[in-house]
Amino acid sequence: MTRSLSAYLAARGRPVAGVAAPFARFVLDSAAWATLAEDLTTLPWTVLALWGDEPATVHAALREPATGIVAVVSVACPERRFASLSAARPPAIRFERAIQDLFGFTAEGLTDPRPWLDHDAWPVTAPLGEATAVGERVPRPYRFLPVEGASLHQIPVGPVHAGIIEPGHFRFTANGETIVRLEDRLGYTHKGVEALMRGKPVGDAARLAARLSGDSTVAHSLAFARAVEAATGTVVPPRAVWLRALMAELERLANHLGDIGAICNDVGFAFALAEGSMLREKVLRAADWAFGHRLMMDRVVPGGCAADLSTDGVKGIADLIGVLRQRLVSLVDLVEHKASLLDRTVTTGVLSTDLARQWQPGGFIGRASGQDHDSRKSPGYPPYPELSFSVPVFADGDVNARLMVRIKEVENSLWLLDQILERLPVGAIWVAPQRAAGEGMALVEGFRGEILNWVRIDDQGTVARCFPRDPSWLQWPLLTAAIEGNIVADFPVCNKSFNCSYSGHDL
Amino acid sequence: MLKRLLRTLWDGPQAMTGPAPNEEWLAGLVARLDHGAHALLGRSLAIRQVDAGSCNGCELEINALSNPYYDLERLGLRFVASPRHADVLLVTGPVTANMGIALARTWQATPEPKWVVAAGACAINGGVFAGSYACIGSVASIIPVDLEIPGCPPRPVDLLVGLVTLIEASAATPGR
Repeated sequence: MTRSLSAYLAARGRPVAGVAAPFARFVLDSAAWATLAEDLTTLPWTVLALWGDEPATVHAALREPATGIVAVVSVACPERRFASLSAARPPAIRFERAIQDLFGFTAEGLTDPRPWLDHDAWPVTAPLGEATAVGERVPRPYRFLPVEGASLHQIPVGPVHAGIIEPGHFRFTANGETIVRLEDRLGYTHKGVEALMRGKPVGDAARLAARLSGDSTVAHSLAFARAVEAATGTVVPPRAVWLRALMAELERLANHLGDIGAICNDVGFAFALAEGSMLREKVLRAADWAFGHRLMMDRVVPGGCAADLSTDGVKGIADLIGVLRQRLVSLVDLVEHKASLLDRTVTTGVLSTDLARQWQPGGFIGRASGQDHDSRKSPGYPPYPELSFSVPVFADGDVNARLMVRIKEVENSLWLLDQILERLPVGAIWVAPQRAAGEGMALVEGFRGEILNWVRIDDQGTVARCFPRDPSWLQWPLLTAAIEGNIVADFPVCNKSFNCSYSGHDL
Repeated sequence: MLKRLLRTLWDGPQAMTGPAPNEEWLAGLVARLDHGAHALLGRSLAIRQVDAGSCNGCELEINALSNPYYDLERLGLRFVASPRHADVLLVTGPVTANMGIALARTWQATPEPKWVVAAGACAINGGVFAGSYACIGSVASIIPVDLEIPGCPPRPVDLLVGLVTLIEASAATPGR
């Protein structure tokens, strides 16, 4: 028997009043939460995220795949313990490890209780919970997962990498050239963003949201702004809504174009890197010209936008669209047909459709492995329901499929930009956010996938709690699955084809 | 591809003119520079980039330095894969506590003479992350810094000016 998410939660929990639509929140008692942890073994709902809160509470966001309905479910844990969802939902593991580190709660039955973000280098333990000051700490050795067998060897890589990328540690276990296990250890870029946001006016907290992951600065800013606007009942002027979509699509374009080149470069095809990086530079220069910042950082703020688009700016972006369309044809033709390139990307780094269904990583990773989710369609947010675009889906799950999804998304973004420029309303671009207490959540499609932002605003208009979830949380573990059986030398191209964020994940 | 390559021959390179060094930074650097560095380094610098916990915005712009517009290798600058090959550490981020040891060890692994460039608001003073329990707050509190390039993130042109200034400072110092 299939049960609906709303009916299940309404029967067992207490709905929380004053939570902004369209996402309801239900409070379960600890017994009902424990039952949910068991029921999830048979129920089809996806766990989008888990996060802690004070006074001692754990929240989880769940999605019903059939209807796309999303709800938040909470359990109070006055004894600072809660039943782990990890046995039924492996994606919960890292969220719960992070909650243990940041709040000092115990996730009972957690299948992998090792520390995650806490590397014993902070001057406090449980910084978001009881925040106990501690002196000099001696780092405990991190126990990597055991590997057994003849003729295996290990290659430790990082946190400082050979390329110009973010820090993280990869532990390869290989049999000759073939990777039998890859384990990632992250948390090196943990900056304590959630603690910094607490108590800040929404305008200041927005600057932190804009710096969660620099490549997704528009998308993270948009998710935070939409969550705050939901919480406070702020209605954004129409022009701002459309300008935000314009910036979001420019950001998607810039990232996809740069990454298409970089993926090709990781199999030695330098021409595509030169071409892709030039096209990316063109997007960034147009963004700089139109909005005054190459990455459009701090241009999306709670209440609207911080930069308007002049007539010159409109022309600049229209010109950019024309140049990109013209230049793309030959690049796409190359990437789709060059035999020496296909030889390295087809059947490399396959993420199975089963794992993609179970983890719902979203973005080009999910869409290259048969999952069609796109937050711009479900739950959808303005102005996208008024715009026409398609969601490209492939089933092969290899590096090539992820490249193809990105190419199709570039074409879609150009099409979206056409429509946005044509229909851009006139008027104000910002209103002061309402000064009201409340809580809200937003789901926004960044270039990498779905970004979730949950926020509670107190009556002073400051942030009481904000949890920004980058899609990388659900994508990193899948990289380690996709790499199995590939050769060590193909790790860079597999990694680049996933392009997960370290900073967005490490918070 | 062939057509595009031929057109490049016809149109000439896309690269911008190399920027002039920043005089103020130059004066400061020459004063700091160890005599004899020029004899060793000449007009070429090998750069090792270290992300000490940035949001990856700085990395995006540092990567842009290699695109055909900025093309930094023609100016005698190149990125290397190991600190052991480097003359310059280009450090970004507010230095998270979790990256403190790794940054110090990377510096120890870099042979003398070496320079450290702190790029971006975070590397200079922690930026928006200053005061966090998880951030040490500046590159200079871990290793000696020779040049600061401001910006959030710094534009590629500003990064280029900083690095060109380093080369000029090196060239302006007489050999031993």
